[in-house]
Amino acid sequence: MSGLIEVVDGGIGNSIQDFGRPGFRHMGIAVSGCLDSMLARCAKALVGNAADCACIEIRAVGPTLAIKSGRVRVALAGELSATARSVDGITREVGAWMSVTLFPHDVLEVGTLQGGTAYLAVTGGIDSPLQLGSRSTYQRAMIGGIDGRAIVTGNLLPCSSQDQREYREYQADPWRYAEGPIRVMLGPQQELFQPDSVEQFLNSDYRVTPQLDRMGVRLEGARLAHVTPEAADIVSDAVTPGVIQVPGNGQPIILLADCQTVGGYPKIATVISADLPRLAQLQPGQSVRFRAVTAAQAKQALLAGAAQWETWASGIAFGLPNVTALYNDPTSCWVSTDE
Amino acid sequence: METSTTDVSGVVRLLPLGDTAWTVEFGDRIDPALHARVLGLAGALERARTTGPSGEMAAEYAGIVDVVPTFRSLTVHYNPLVSDGERLGEALVCLAQTSGATSKAGRYWRIPVCFDDEFAPDLNDLAETKGLSRETVISLMTEATFQVYMIGFMPGFPYMGGLPAVLEVPRLAAPRKAVPARSLAITGAMCAVYPWESPGGWRLLGRTPVPMFSVDDPISPSLLASGDRVCWQAVDRPAYLEMEQAARIGALDRSRFLVPEGEG
Repeated sequence: MSGLIEVVDGGIGNSIQDFGRPGFRHMGIAVSGCLDSMLARCAKALVGNAADCACIEIRAVGPTLAIKSGRVRVALAGELSATARSVDGITREVGAWMSVTLFPHDVLEVGTLQGGTAYLAVTGGIDSPLQLGSRSTYQRAMIGGIDGRAIVTGNLLPCSSQDQREYREYQADPWRYAEGPIRVMLGPQQELFQPDSVEQFLNSDYRVTPQLDRMGVRLEGARLAHVTPEAADIVSDAVTPGVIQVPGNGQPIILLADCQTVGGYPKIATVISADLPRLAQLQPGQSVRFRAVTAAQAKQALLAGAAQWETWASGIAFGLPNVTALYNDPTSCWVSTDE
Repeated sequence: METSTTDVSGVVRLLPLGDTAWTVEFGDRIDPALHARVLGLAGALERARTTGPSGEMAAEYAGIVDVVPTFRSLTVHYNPLVSDGERLGEALVCLAQTSGATSKAGRYWRIPVCFDDEFAPDLNDLAETKGLSRETVISLMTEATFQVYMIGFMPGFPYMGGLPAVLEVPRLAAPRKAVPARSLAITGAMCAVYPWESPGGWRLLGRTPVPMFSVDDPISPSLLASGDRVCWQAVDRPAYLEMEQAARIGALDRSRFLVPEGEG
């Protein structure tokens, strides 16, 4: 039996994402995928999904979803919560970091996000069509997701149905991010900046502006000077998520998952892969600082992140089922099935 | 490829793009000779990945996820949990020092373009500015062979060199809010086709009925690739509309615009 979810209210800034669409960058296709891959993995683990399943990325106001068919276990990861309403009007609060199982006609109203990015995972993952090997929504090319767009009211999201014998729920501690400055490796074009500007970049606070989307984040702070005004434009070369490019106005832009594949601004530094998920949590008005690390330190950070994941995942606990929900489940063996 | 007298035997630079990619840089200019070296390395890397000395892929290449040729560099994206970045970088430099310039051209395309006024809002202005007739501008465009340097800016957007120097023109002072999809456009010494409707400041000289990007083609969603050559074939409005309609219902076979080897 399969599950089906109807989007009753699309909310704002929500899209279907998985681990992205690598392998097509030479055709100008962004890699896309979850901005915060760690948090997405947490949400998926909390419903028992494999890491490569698709989930819903929430960036502002969460969606409201109605279960049309199947038993659908859901879990939120991030700074937000939801309200679940059953058909007979029973409501319960659904916090993040725990799974709940929803039944046909149940409605899940996901609230407004406090952090920068959060995830909603469902049983078996969102089973929207694969395009170029991925379900990730890439709006610029209208690829992935449902019709290549953010989730909108009326969308139908297929997923799996929970095994009837599986009534336990999962819960875990919130994911904790590394603290301190965002770690970068300098380059590839740091020599196109005046030496004291590179120092300034590494030693001042930058404010996150409201110009922030899945393609990138514009920052505001100490103006970074190129060696000459002409050096602000280079013959385009490749970029990647985490690249910090600086146009002629001297204000840095960090590129994110949906960024172009090539760009014509000099790149002063690149955020290391271990810290990419942290960028997804940046919000307008926050301050960020950068610290330069070596390739060896970047590798260590990546391994430390993998170890932190193992520790977190081993801390997932089984919770008791919600008995009220159990009685309300029309497919449950506890209820007469004669009709 | 065009010939060039530029010395491109210069130093190859290996630049880190964080801990997930290396950029092998051959120079800082747009130059067919530099681009030939980019393609040379891309070809050598492809061979090295598929036919290692022992017939298996060398370990350092195992984590490669994307190989992106640009005007002047080749960027190799890798999974740092699979590839040892340092060893991969060393291997790329070794390859780049011996791969030389490619002599193997990419595919050769003959792509229809309709130059009717409706599709070519900047054609008359350009002709007037250059003191040429409209027909001369069209002839210059259809007689030249363009080389695809790279695909970027948006999926399937080809940056092409080979524009006759007499047609070089700056961008519009005020970019258009919406350039129609499949517009043939030029600026500077470059030529391109906008795969999608998008904002843009290039000068629009015509429109092709052939989709530059098709997600329904999983092997090659982008029609063109770095290293391909393209010539434009003028078609009239009825022919354009017929092909556009065929493309709309998925009945336009893009491979019919490939010029068989030997004819190029």
